Amino acid sequence: MIPMLPKATLALPEIILAVTAMALMMVGAFRKQDATRTCLWLGILGLVAAAWALVVVTGPRAVTFHGQFVSDYFSLFMKLLVLLGSALTLVMSQDYLEREKMARFEYPVLVVFATLGMLMMVSANDLIALYIGIELQSLSLYVVAAFKRDEVRSTEAGLKYFVLGALSSGMLLYGCSLIYGFTGTTNFDLLAKTFAGQGAAQPSIGMVVGIVFLLAGLAFKVSAVPFHMWTPDVYEGAPTPVTAFFAVAPKIAAIALFTRAMTGPFGPLLAQWQQIVVFVSLASMILGALAAISQTNIKRLMAYSSIGHVGYALVGLAAGTPSGVRGVMIYMATYLFMNVGAFACILAMKRDGKMVEDIQDLAGLARSQPKIAYALAIFLFSMVGLPPLAGFFGKLFVFLAAIEAGLYFLSIVGMLASVIGAFYYIRIIKVMFMDEPARPFDLPSAPVSAVMGLSAVVTLFFFAACWPIFAAAQAAAKALQIG
Amino acid sequence: MAMGFPILSVITFLPLVGVAFILAQRGDEATVARVSRWAALWTSLATFALSLLVWINFDPTSAKFQFVEKHAWIQGFDINYFMGVDGISVFFVLLSTLLTPLCILASWEAVEKRVREYMVAFLALETLMIGTFCALDLVLFYVFFECVLIPMFLIIGVWGGPRRVYSAFKFFLYTLLGSVLMLLAILVVYREVGNADIPAAMAHVFPKTLQTWLWLAFFASFAVKVPMWPVHTWLPDAHVEAPTAGSVILAGVLLKMGGYGFLRFSLPMFPDATVYFTPLVYTLSIVAIIYTSLVALAQEDMKKLIAYSSVAHMGFVTLGTFTLTVQGVQGAIFQMLSHGVVSAALFLVVGVVYDRLHTREIARYGGVVERMPKYALVFMIFMLASVGLPGTSGFVGEFLVLLGAFQANTWVCFLAATGVVLGAAYMLVLYRRVIFGKLEKPDLKALLDMNLREIVVFAPLVLLVFWMGVYPATFLKPTEPAVVELIRKFNVQRSASLEAPAQAAEVRQ
Repeated sequence: MIPMLPKATLALPEIILAVTAMALMMVGAFRKQDATRTCLWLGILGLVAAAWALVVVTGPRAVTFHGQFVSDYFSLFMKLLVLLGSALTLVMSQDYLEREKMARFEYPVLVVFATLGMLMMVSANDLIALYIGIELQSLSLYVVAAFKRDEVRSTEAGLKYFVLGALSSGMLLYGCSLIYGFTGTTNFDLLAKTFAGQGAAQPSIGMVVGIVFLLAGLAFKVSAVPFHMWTPDVYEGAPTPVTAFFAVAPKIAAIALFTRAMTGPFGPLLAQWQQIVVFVSLASMILGALAAISQTNIKRLMAYSSIGHVGYALVGLAAGTPSGVRGVMIYMATYLFMNVGAFACILAMKRDGKMVEDIQDLAGLARSQPKIAYALAIFLFSMVGLPPLAGFFGKLFVFLAAIEAGLYFLSIVGMLASVIGAFYYIRIIKVMFMDEPARPFDLPSAPVSAVMGLSAVVTLFFFAACWPIFAAAQAAAKALQIG
Repeated sequence: MAMGFPILSVITFLPLVGVAFILAQRGDEATVARVSRWAALWTSLATFALSLLVWINFDPTSAKFQFVEKHAWIQGFDINYFMGVDGISVFFVLLSTLLTPLCILASWEAVEKRVREYMVAFLALETLMIGTFCALDLVLFYVFFECVLIPMFLIIGVWGGPRRVYSAFKFFLYTLLGSVLMLLAILVVYREVGNADIPAAMAHVFPKTLQTWLWLAFFASFAVKVPMWPVHTWLPDAHVEAPTAGSVILAGVLLKMGGYGFLRFSLPMFPDATVYFTPLVYTLSIVAIIYTSLVALAQEDMKKLIAYSSVAHMGFVTLGTFTLTVQGVQGAIFQMLSHGVVSAALFLVVGVVYDRLHTREIARYGGVVERMPKYALVFMIFMLASVGLPGTSGFVGEFLVLLGAFQANTWVCFLAATGVVLGAAYMLVLYRRVIFGKLEKPDLKALLDMNLREIVVFAPLVLLVFWMGVYPATFLKPTEPAVVELIRKFNVQRSASLEAPAQAAEVRQ
């Protein structure tokens, strides 16, 4: 008897990406001359094709591969963000790779592999699938972090990321094994059923320990406090396009995974994990705001800023309600554009062909290069959360969810942290607008300018056409079964 | 006017058309600067002319919201683009549209660098100010209200004086701190009411304890904005460092957003909490009136003196608002309008001499009347209006506030009245030291009197000061129905919640 093959069409985007990545390797290996540029654009093409396939195949919730893989509107929304994030960072990379003499075709290959891992993470419906997705993504990221292999900072970043990442993977896996041991299953649906069946009964202590380890592993992947230590060093050390990539796509995927794992299988145990997420969220917001104040390197500052943003996204998750999930999704959507745009501006910070990373290098940018300055100002004001920019709506919806869930303390402290955070954002704006001009930067390359412009327009005019995104997030959050 | 014409949207967003036009300009810096100035002036004048249509077509006998526009904005969440004005807000719209062209005229020569950006910032600010006063949706209101921070931060920080960066940061962070708490309160209100309509929220009865918290959160934002003692310290810094026109808008309109907020949100939505906190507001207002008047007496910087006088005058506004009488509230509104005109004019007055001598130190002046008689006259008019001389706008507002306060609490009225005396003291001292005395300093001897542009700037303000002082009915009549309705509803809700707290809980469900 021929065994029934699982329905593979739901995973078409992943299949496309896997095939793309492998094909790119062949192209790179067999092509005589340098194939970086070809691979890069083919990789982008692959991401776009995957996005198209995603939109075509995704419907209401369906599982395949024996319950390992789930496809629903939540995965559609988050995967689109991930693909968009990856594609935009690839577009921005080209110029940098060639200029910094790191134009090797492995770069796009690794990015596509990492993106594949992220899609797997978003669609994981099983602890094993979750782990495999994370590892595929992480292994690729360790390598790209150290991609500038002749430079100490970059290799250090890669190594640091690898060691700490391996540790967190170990914790995650240990948590998974505990959970498996206490429930006898790794499947999310069965886990949810088990926990729901227990009713209000307190889960065993081993189970709680398992969840704590799982949370610790996930918190590491989203770089939430207290598992954030790697972030500033890796962000600073990695080549700038890689940092841009790190800041966006993997964050979105990890948050998506975090959200699905917590609200799906562990939804009935909200009382157990809610306080942990509240703590992690609070700590991230506060540390992100305070630690960023003294930074002088803009990439390091962005690392702390991203820690803070993860804290805000987790405010929505802490609510543990559909509206909380909606908030997380909207927050990540706005986060994507603000961060891609901000990194496009950072990529434009080059003088005489050399990258500069100091905040003081931005002095007087509003006069020497007003376009970059105004774009960066838009992104920074948006990160502060000022209306009518995109970031405001992200904050609005996560805090609405927190208020609905009665998390008043978290909301108030989060809001106060955002005021502290505002200080370091407007400090950059002050440097750009109120200081005497330094020597101007080189003109940014066309792809970088295009990404910058696109992100700025989306961030600025988000308010005008945001309701379809909100409606999509609403539908997706409903689709994600909770409790 | 045809019913369907979206006049409020047009005046709100017309300045942005000017922004787009200015941003589209190419060419060398001098040309762009010239075109920007004229474009900004004509746009703001057109906006002002259109806003007069709102006034003309405004039905002064109705307490309802007029020129209402409502379109779905964030669909599925009941957050709408909802605009409308009533007697309380209509004059603030006019104040905003009046002061903007004057500001642009006042900056005609004073601002030399980055003129294009400056004009863009002012026009954007105008849109946001008008939007704040017209918005009838909580989220829309917050968007306009909060976004004001961006252009104002840049105006102070880029075109300000030597300590501009410090002042801009202080302004930004103080105001942001207050308003993020308000955002949380808005979210709670939204959740309680089920939609973001301000009229719906005004009709809603909130449970008593919740009212207390919400009132405090809104208070945090409005008290900083007004500003009330002790959170007023950002204001003198911001005023001193801001360019003249920035100070004008700050004193003329932005402070009124706080007073307007009390009238639009705190009073109608949280009546029980309002009554509960009235002693607090009285205390803070009295301290503001007396203490900051004394501080003003000791100032050596003209702008700082006027900034402190603003805090004192806004103390009358908060006092009047919380007397919860028709006279008091009408007085508060009138005082805000009057202060909007008078303090704006006083900052312009300081700007005139500042443009010539580049100092605001009072001791650097003296005997200016001999060289600048026209200037001395204009200064005197606004100085007396600020003091509250009968026949000028300042008198009417203060008188009504004191009348309202007398009904509420005679001691409060007595203490507030001492502020009037102190106000006369510091303003007269300022006037004497700057205008009279011996003309000794050599650079003063070369002063030129006001030119035509400056006279054009001041003429409408002088006219208004007398109009409001001699025939205040023009401005009091249209506000009256809305205020009467506000107080009536306040008392109805108040007695309802006093009689049947259980009933309130039912309504909530």
